[in-house]
Amino acid sequence: MLAESLFFSAVLFTVGVVGVLTRRNAIIIFMCVELMLNAVNLSFVAFAQVYGASGQVFVFFVMTVAAAEAAVGLAIIIALFRHRHTVNLSNINLLKG
Amino acid sequence: MPHNNLQLFYVANFYLFGLIAIASAVAFVTRKSPVSAALWLVSTMSALAAMYVMLDAPFIGVMQVLVYAGAIMVVFLFVIMLLNLGHPSEIADARGIWWKLAGGLVGLALLAQIFALTRARLPEALVLPENTVADQIVRTGAIAPLAGPLFHEYLLAFEVTSVLLLAAVVGAVVLGKRKDRDYAR
Repeated sequence: MLAESLFFSAVLFTVGVVGVLTRRNAIIIFMCVELMLNAVNLSFVAFAQVYGASGQVFVFFVMTVAAAEAAVGLAIIIALFRHRHTVNLSNINLLKG
Repeated sequence: MPHNNLQLFYVANFYLFGLIAIASAVAFVTRKSPVSAALWLVSTMSALAAMYVMLDAPFIGVMQVLVYAGAIMVVFLFVIMLLNLGHPSEIADARGIWWKLAGGLVGLALLAQIFALTRARLPEALVLPENTVADQIVRTGAIAPLAGPLFHEYLLAFEVTSVLLLAAVVGAVVLGKRKDRDYAR
C-alpha cells in the first residue's frame, strides 16, 4: 500500500499548503502546518511498513516537535492577540516595508 | 498485513479512511469558523490514526489519537475559545481572488512535483531489513519493534527531545505570562 499512502500523503500536504496560502487567520494557518506534519507522518509510517521500524521512531520525534511547536506558537498567538486584539494576519503588518 | 484473509479488509479500510481524511482536510481548509475547522482537523487526524493501524503501526495510531487528536487539538480549541474568535470580523479571513488563484496554482505545481517523485528508484546502497514490521509485531508485540531502535540507535535524539520539550515549556510560559502593566488595566 506504499503508492496509495504516498498519494494520500501528497494530497493532504498540498491541502495544507493551499490552506496556508489562502487563509489569514493565524490559528487556522497554524493548524494547516499541523496538517502538513501529519501528511509527512503518513509517508514515514508507509515507508516503515516496507523498510523497517525506524520510520515509526521518526514519527515519534515529529509528534514531539509538533507538540513543542503548538505550545510555543499558541503562546505567541496569545501574546500577539493581547497587543493587537486580532489574529488576522492582514492587520499584523509591523514588518511590512 | 497480519493475515492473508484479512488483506482485502485492510486495503478496503485503508482507502475508506484515506478518502475520509482528504474530505475532512478539504472541509477543514474551507470552513470559515475556526472552531468547526479545528473539529474537521480532529476528524482528519482520527482517520489518519486508522490508516496507521492498516499500515502495521498500531502503536503509532494510538499515539496519534492520544497526542494529536487529543492533546494538541484540545490546546488549539482552548486557545480559539480563550481568544473568543467567533465574531464576524475575525471569521471573514479568506484572502482575495488572486491569493486563492495563486494558492491553487502552487498546490497544483506541488502535486505534480510530488507525483513525479513516485517514479524515483530506490538507492542501490539501501539495505532492506530482513523481516518486516508486521513479522516483528506478530513475534514481539506492537511496542517492542519501536522501543528497540528508540532506546538504542536514537537514544541521543530521544534525550535531546527532552531538552526541546523543556525549552518549549519555558518559552510558552514566558510568552504567555501577563506583564505587570496588563494587570493595571
